[in-house]
Amino acid sequence: MLNPVKRLYLLLEAWLNISFKEWNPLYHLGTLTFFFFWIALVSGVYLFLFFHGSLDGAYASVERITNEQWYAGGVMRSLHRYSSDAAVATIILHIFREFALGRYRGIRWYSWVTGIPALWMVVLLGITGYWLVWDQLAQYLAIGSALLMDELPIFFGSMSSNFVDGRLNDRFFILIEFLHLLGQPIMLIFVLWFHVRRLSNVNIMPPKGLAIGSLLAMLVLSLIKPATSHPPADLTTLPAVLNLDWFYLNIYPLLDYWTPGQVWALVMGVTVLLMLMPWLPAKKKAPAAVVDLNNCNGCTQCFEDCPYDAISVRARTDGARHEYEVVVDPDLCAACGICVGACISSNPFRKAEPDLHTGIDMPQFPINEVRNLTDTALVALRGDTKIIMFGCQHGVDVDGLEAQDIQGIKLICSGMLPPALVEYALSNGADGVMIAGCRHTDCYCRFGNRWMEQRMASSRHPVLRARAEAERIHIHGGAITDSRAVAKALDEFRQKLSILEKPGPRLDESCVEDE
Amino acid sequence: MKAVWKMNKFIKHTLQIVNYAIFMALVWYFSAAPAYRYLEPNQAVVVISVSHSGELLKPCRKVSAEDLAKLAPNMRKPMDCPRERSPIKIEVSMDGEELFNITAQPPGLFADGSVNVYRSVKVTAGQHHFEVKMNDSVHLQGSRFVASQNIKLEPAQQLLIDFNSEDGFVFK
Repeated sequence: MLNPVKRLYLLLEAWLNISFKEWNPLYHLGTLTFFFFWIALVSGVYLFLFFHGSLDGAYASVERITNEQWYAGGVMRSLHRYSSDAAVATIILHIFREFALGRYRGIRWYSWVTGIPALWMVVLLGITGYWLVWDQLAQYLAIGSALLMDELPIFFGSMSSNFVDGRLNDRFFILIEFLHLLGQPIMLIFVLWFHVRRLSNVNIMPPKGLAIGSLLAMLVLSLIKPATSHPPADLTTLPAVLNLDWFYLNIYPLLDYWTPGQVWALVMGVTVLLMLMPWLPAKKKAPAAVVDLNNCNGCTQCFEDCPYDAISVRARTDGARHEYEVVVDPDLCAACGICVGACISSNPFRKAEPDLHTGIDMPQFPINEVRNLTDTALVALRGDTKIIMFGCQHGVDVDGLEAQDIQGIKLICSGMLPPALVEYALSNGADGVMIAGCRHTDCYCRFGNRWMEQRMASSRHPVLRARAEAERIHIHGGAITDSRAVAKALDEFRQKLSILEKPGPRLDESCVEDE
Repeated sequence: MKAVWKMNKFIKHTLQIVNYAIFMALVWYFSAAPAYRYLEPNQAVVVISVSHSGELLKPCRKVSAEDLAKLAPNMRKPMDCPRERSPIKIEVSMDGEELFNITAQPPGLFADGSVNVYRSVKVTAGQHHFEVKMNDSVHLQGSRFVASQNIKLEPAQQLLIDFNSEDGFVFK
């Protein structure tokens, strides 16, 4: 029974895949958030040039920027507003996605937990931004924020009394300006650095096409619906109706119904709950990858391919002639097996010893067992078009697609598949090999299917050798809900194989990777 | 074949525009809507704002020579002045009905800080009689500071009942 939240997410992802393919915004939510942040940063710098940071001058300067140079300052202000809102929207989707796909537990607890303060930093940055306009909305927020701060034991109720007519002065603006323009952005970048600290190959820019499309969308929105202010702040009157920005200011109305202490309790409660989620319940940790120096030549490809920076390189310690060896940090290892697929020694043709040993292996699913399963599957195949189908634990269920002429083998991740194993299957009786990892561009283990596709296309080591006929290999990823689509692709592949000539004679068993 | 490919590309781009439009619409809508009604059309707000130190709870006392002798030489102060201050009690009523009844304890490790009170309440606009009392000493019966005033509140007006130790309560 598939979790309904996951089903809902996968439906949304499938819908966006129709038009965006590899640009699917759901695959780039982190980089899109960064991109919206860059837009807000650039537009913010422009606004700062014309902004007058004083109690009497702030509102008038924002109005001048908005109305007197609507074609530049007005657009920049709207871009600043909408890109900030879009950043929160992508953060919310980012959280929803990782939650729906279960990508927040186990080794991923670190990114999840460090993401929560990053979210609050973004919200605080937005709140101080709204203060600077010093309109009625800013007044409402300032008083609400002061009430919240007064609840903290360091202020002792002294903040709200600043917002009494006649007591407020320009020092308040200097403080808020400092926070919004310098303090908070620096803090945010610092927190974001922590957020991605345990990932390798981190991108902070979305694909060019998606970036251009998103920028155009924000620009069009800014021209159609320019951002405007409320009437100027006046501490002797109060606004009756407020056009709140619900992305940033959603907790403020609660202050009309609850005490500040209750609002804090809710905020802290939600924060603590979110932070504890990776352990509710805790995911059972799979054994980490294990290095076998007897079979490791120190090529460091596993180090290059590890998506979680769990592998490091150091000088050889066993006296072998190779320069390097790799070391796995068990605390960082996600046990995805991508390193096994990257290891040149994961070559099933090696039969000098009865069991296959490789340079880096998964104790819970060693490469020898993968080869044994492949051998068993090859023997079990019947019919004219014999297909071996390699899948993964997180994508489409390959066991459910098995038939007389199709045998499925479920790897931990499709990135665990060594190209030599594909060649091995083709040279030992299979007419074709289908690889069905997660959906294209997406991967539960970040880069598994991407590295696998590059290896099969001979653009990443270890490469698939040219003697394996490319037309006998088909890659069609799919989520657990995509069984029908993958079955259709499998059927088309079967038909394609049926018109191909049978593979040539069995390859030399002693041959090993050319590299 | 080329026509089909072109058609697919057209549909793909059209769908992309639709998706961008949905995202833009969501961002635009929630950036300023739904509107939040903070005050009903006939409502005003009364705010009480006080920053004041309560009276010292105990008076200074002269330390006896015997007690002084027990102290280290650098600690021998002739007067012992406890720092703890009285809590502050504030009552605000409108047309005889209680709006606020606040007892604020002095902050700080030694309960010697200045009390800051800022509270607000929504009331119906119109003519009202306001009365405010404050007691800042546990030794005093009744209230040290008292003020009252008839005020006509306009809708959306914020009436500030401010306090300073020289003028007492001021209605702004």
